[in-house]
Amino acid sequence: MAEIAAVEAVGVTKVFGAGAEAVRALDEVSVAVRQNEFFTLLGPSGCGKTTLLRLIAGFEQPTAGEILLKGKPVEHLPPYQRAVNTVFQSYALFPHMTVAENIAFGLEMRGTSKEKTSGVVEEMLSLVKLTGFGGRRPAQLSGGQQQRVALARALANSPDVLLLDEPLSALDLKLRQEMRGELKNLQRRTGITFVFVTHDQEEALTMSDRIAVMSRGRIQQLGAPLEIYERPVNRFVADFIGDTNFLEASVDGRKGEYIHCRVADSLDFLASPAANAAAGAKVTLAIRPEKIQLRPGGTAGTIAQTVYVGTDTNYEVRIADSLRLNVRVQNAVDGRGQYAVGDKVGIEVPAGAARMLQD
Amino acid sequence: MAAAAEATPTNQRVAEAQALMRRRWLRARWGLSAPAVLIILLFGILPLMIMVVYSFLEAGEYGGVNWKLSTDAYVSFLFQRDIFDGTLTFSPDYLIIFLRSIIFALATTVICLLLGFPTAYFMATRPPSQRTLWVFLITIPFWSNLLVRTIAVMITIRDEGLINDFLLWLGLIDKPIVMLYTNFAIMLGLLYSFLPFMVLPLYASIEKMDFRLVEAGFDLYATRGRVLRRIIIPLAKPGIIAGCLLVFIPAIGAYVTPLILGGGKHLIIGDLIALQFGSSRNWPLGSAQALILMVGVLIALLFYVRTTTGKAQALHG
Repeated sequence: MAEIAAVEAVGVTKVFGAGAEAVRALDEVSVAVRQNEFFTLLGPSGCGKTTLLRLIAGFEQPTAGEILLKGKPVEHLPPYQRAVNTVFQSYALFPHMTVAENIAFGLEMRGTSKEKTSGVVEEMLSLVKLTGFGGRRPAQLSGGQQQRVALARALANSPDVLLLDEPLSALDLKLRQEMRGELKNLQRRTGITFVFVTHDQEEALTMSDRIAVMSRGRIQQLGAPLEIYERPVNRFVADFIGDTNFLEASVDGRKGEYIHCRVADSLDFLASPAANAAAGAKVTLAIRPEKIQLRPGGTAGTIAQTVYVGTDTNYEVRIADSLRLNVRVQNAVDGRGQYAVGDKVGIEVPAGAARMLQD
Repeated sequence: MAAAAEATPTNQRVAEAQALMRRRWLRARWGLSAPAVLIILLFGILPLMIMVVYSFLEAGEYGGVNWKLSTDAYVSFLFQRDIFDGTLTFSPDYLIIFLRSIIFALATTVICLLLGFPTAYFMATRPPSQRTLWVFLITIPFWSNLLVRTIAVMITIRDEGLINDFLLWLGLIDKPIVMLYTNFAIMLGLLYSFLPFMVLPLYASIEKMDFRLVEAGFDLYATRGRVLRRIIIPLAKPGIIAGCLLVFIPAIGAYVTPLILGGGKHLIIGDLIALQFGSSRNWPLGSAQALILMVGVLIALLFYVRTTTGKAQALHG
C-alpha cells in the first residue's frame, strides 16, 4: 500500500467571480505531497500557486474537487481546525504583540498550558536564532528577523504541514540566499512537510525535493529539480526554468536511444526523444545554453554578441539569418572570454543535450 | 592641509545659511499657524476665561453679574442655603442631574460602539470601489441641521407618529405606545445624532488594518470570536478610543436633543446650564456648572488615556 500523502489535491478547480468575469485560478489540479517532503509550487504570478496554498490552508474553498490532509477530506473544516500553519508573504505578525506573544499565539489558542507554551517559545526562539528577542515588538525587528519570527510562530504548533507563501521575496538577495539554506535545514531537522510557493526558480531548484511547475491553473510538470531542469516536458517549463534555446528541427531518423535531428541545414546532432518521432517529422527542441560547445576555427556560426556575466560569458551565435543560438561558456582563469564579435566558430551539441518537447 | 584650510570658511558659510533657513522656517511656521492660533485664542480660550471669571462673581438681579468676588456658585452646586438663617444643607439635586447625564452619555457611547463596530467592519470589508459610497451614506445625516433631524425623530415617534400609526394600522396595538418625552426618546435621539461620529473613526482604523492578520489568526487556531477579541479589536483600538471620545463628550453636553425629545421632564446637564443663563438668571452658577462638567470630563479623559495607552508606551519607552 502506498504511503498516505501529507496533502493531496484531487481534481481541484477554483473559479473566482462569476459570469463573464470569472477567472479560473485552478483547473482540475491533482497533486499529492509526500510526508516530510520539501515540496515547491513554482510558477509565474497568476499561475494559481498561491490559490492552491490558500485552499490547503482553508482560506478559500474549492469550486470543485477535494483537498485531503493525511488522507482525510477537509473542505468542511475552517482554517483553525486544520493541522496546517502558514508563513505569510509579508509575515503578518501581530503588531500589537511581542515576539514571544506572537509565537505563543497558536499554542495559547489551543489551550496549551502556560509552562509548556513558554518552553516551546524559548525553544522556537533558539531554533530561529532569536534568543533574547522575545520581548521585542515586530516593528523593532529587521525584515530577516521578522521572517524568522513568522517561521517560529508557525512551527511552534508543530503542524503536519507548513505552508510558505513566497516567504523570502521581501528579503534582499544576500539574506535570501542565507535563508534558503536555513529553511532547508529547518525542514530536515523538524521533519515537517513543507509546501513552498515561489516564482523564483533558483529558490525552487536549490531547496526542493520535488517541484510542481504551474501555469494557467494547471500543473505543467512534477518532478525532482534535476528532472525539471534537465528534462522539461514542454515549452513552458523549458522556458520558465533557466535559459533555453528553442529550435525547430526536422528528424532524419532514429539512432539508438536518440533521434538524429537537423536544424537549418548547417547543424545536425543527436537529441533525446521524448516520444517516438518518425523520419521527416518537424519537432521542437530545447537546448540549454551551457550544454552547447563552441570550437574555434569552425564555420557553423558567427559570434554576434558577447555578454560578460561574471562566471561565464554569454555568446549570441548567428547561424542563419533567422537562427541565433545562445551559448554560455565558462570564463577562463583571467576572466576573459575566448571569442570576440565576428569570430567564426564551430558548434557542437553533445548527444542528448537537446530535448524534444512534447507539444 | 590645503583642503582643511579651505573647508573652514565654507563650513562657516554653510552654518550661516542653515541658521538663516531655520529662522525663515520658524517665521513661516508662525505665520502659517497664526490664523488658527488667533481663532483658538479669540473664540476658545477667551470665552473660557470669561466663564472662569464669571463663575467667581455674584449673580446680577436681572441676569449678568455683579463684580464682587464670590464662591456662591460653587457652594450652591452642592449645598442649599437656607433663606432665613443662611445655614448650608447638602443638596444632591444638581449631582443627580449630572449623574443622569453621565449615564445617558455612557449608554449612548456603549450602544453607539455596539452598533457602530459591525457597521464600520462591514464598510471596511467591502471592495474599495464600494467603500466611498458607504462613507457617503453615513455622512448624509450631516447634510441637514441637527434641530431638523431631531424634530423629524419627534414626528416619527410621537403618539400620532409614523411608527404608532403603522402599528395601529397593522392592528398589532390598539392604543399608541408612548415613546416621545421618555428616556427612550432621549436615548434614541442621542444615538441617532452621534452614531456617525462613532462609525467614521472606527471605519478609518478598521480599513487601515491588514486583513492578512485576521487570516493569520485563523491559521493559528483562533476561532472567530477570538480573532475579534485578540486581533481585530486591539488593532482597531485607536478608532474605538477616538469614536468613544467623539460620542461621549458631545453627548454629555447635548442640549437640543434632550430638550425636544425629553420634553424638559428629564433635565440633563445641557438643559440645566441653559436654564441658568435663561430663566434662572444665574450666570455665575451656569458658568460654574459648565466648568465643573468640563473639568470632570477632562479628568475622566486623562484617566482613560493613561490606563489605555500606558502599557503600550511603557513597552516602547
